Amino acid sequence: MGNNSAATAHACVRATSIAPRYTDTEETFVDMAQETQTTDQGPRPIVPFLRLHPKPHLVGKKCRCGAIFVDSRAVACAKCGADGQFTETRLSNHGKVYVFSVVHQSFPGIKTPYISAIVDLPEGATVRANLVDVSPEEAEKDPNKVFGMPVEFTTSVAGKDREGHDVIVFSYRPAKA
Amino acid sequence: MSNVYVLGTGMIKFGRYPEKTVPELGGEAAVLAMKDAGLNIKDIEFFACGNLFQASMMVGQRIMQQIGQTGIPVVNVSNACATGSTAFREAYMAIASGLYDIALAVGVEQMGKQGLLGGTGGGDPAYSTEGKLGSGLMPAVFGQAGVEHMRKYGTKLEHFAKISVKSHQHATKNPFSQYRNALTLEDVLNARMICYPNTLYMCCPTGDGAAAAVLVSERKLKELAGGRKRPRVAASVLTSDPWTERDLAMPDVSTLTRSAAKKAYEQAGVEPKDLSLTELHDCFATAELIHYENLFLCGEGEAGKFIEEGGGVHPDLGGKAPVNVSGGLLSKGHPLGATGVANICEVVWHLTEDPRAKERQIPNAKVGLAHVIGLGSACTIHILTI
Ligand SMILES: [Zn+2]
Repeated sequence: MGNNSAATAHACVRATSIAPRYTDTEETFVDMAQETQTTDQGPRPIVPFLRLHPKPHLVGKKCRCGAIFVDSRAVACAKCGADGQFTETRLSNHGKVYVFSVVHQSFPGIKTPYISAIVDLPEGATVRANLVDVSPEEAEKDPNKVFGMPVEFTTSVAGKDREGHDVIVFSYRPAKA
Repeated sequence: MSNVYVLGTGMIKFGRYPEKTVPELGGEAAVLAMKDAGLNIKDIEFFACGNLFQASMMVGQRIMQQIGQTGIPVVNVSNACATGSTAFREAYMAIASGLYDIALAVGVEQMGKQGLLGGTGGGDPAYSTEGKLGSGLMPAVFGQAGVEHMRKYGTKLEHFAKISVKSHQHATKNPFSQYRNALTLEDVLNARMICYPNTLYMCCPTGDGAAAAVLVSERKLKELAGGRKRPRVAASVLTSDPWTERDLAMPDVSTLTRSAAKKAYEQAGVEPKDLSLTELHDCFATAELIHYENLFLCGEGEAGKFIEEGGGVHPDLGGKAPVNVSGGLLSKGHPLGATGVANICEVVWHLTEDPRAKERQIPNAKVGLAHVIGLGSACTIHILTI
């Protein structure tokens, strides 16, 4: 058959040709490493919009028009075009799953399958993260159970960086009632 | 604005050509298109070349070194998956503006087995978010888009799978297609899951390929066509991604296609029901289903029903409103830069009853639409009429 390289090849399409939506290019994570340089030897967030203190939470940039941007280095607002009008805003630790996909094939070192979820936050922002404590198999069998699922924010250690700091990642899990 | 016509087209079979170079592949397609037009390189006044992976390497000028260096203006175009169709549009605009009478557009790509994340070393991989904050890769983007349709309209896995069955069936009649094997619904559904809901055969393959077109003004057409009827570019539209609510986390593949489609139908003065055939950007089966609605081939939320009623299927197979009779990206292949020009070649061949569309000819084809979307995002739509 020989169709087999399809999905890995798509991964490379994404990596080499498409503007990054998240921080998966070399350039971006070099920037980020610089931004997170501190003298503190404690854990570091995987992305700058994840804040670890006083308790882990996400922040967005809010324009005066109301649009909220997560993981944006925007100079001006993508919605209304106003420049320099952003304020930082704390995002809620609760949200609802809008949609998801289940990733079965990825790069070496990434455990599959896992659920990649799009989570709507009450502030009007949307983030992408892994959905944990939900069986990927069950999600595929009955996607309706995942749509609209109330979820809560959680953090974990994803690994260590080259300087030996724990790198903290966020994900969502079903909200405790 | 001058009317613009497609006088000649050329395409090499999509596949793997590890022994060849990008300028060679592009040059072969260019020569085929010029021969088809009855012209040679000395007649060409403007050349737009689309290529993605060597975007900074002057591919157009290197093609000229293969086929004739005449000193004409050459532009190199890169626009994600819409690279080839954007090059075609540059050639179209060069003529429509009245500046030139004869222009060449080439789309070419050599993907080979290159890639994965090779060559991105340097950053600390501990800060790579792929797989840790969900997935930003294409299979997940188009997986989510399909799941969104399931959520909104109750679409089933079988609907997406049927699209793959159809495309592979179509491809059996296309000698330019990378894969030409028919598949059953079971083959598609039981194949390895790549990213839910797309299984292996619901994802397009990678490969190498090239396609080219020679475009001419109305004045030149009268001089050169020798009585042959040639298709007119009735609409050429390019859009980018407008701001939408979830866009940063979940790329929106629909809004820019819809706005391009509305503009294109208006420019061409045709309606979706007038289309004899459509070649749309089925990088994944889920994408094709969504684009049935985005191109208004059926109503909002009705793509499932459209499929159940034989929509998208070649009339020879009992279908209606045929989509991707070439086999589409799913079977024909998707050498990124070549795709957009190849789609246009397919439409031209049906409109002109070209022998290259022989076994899959849409009877009495009058109007065809070619659609491409590149994430990031860029969408092109061309409507051709005869
Ligand atoms: Zn704004």
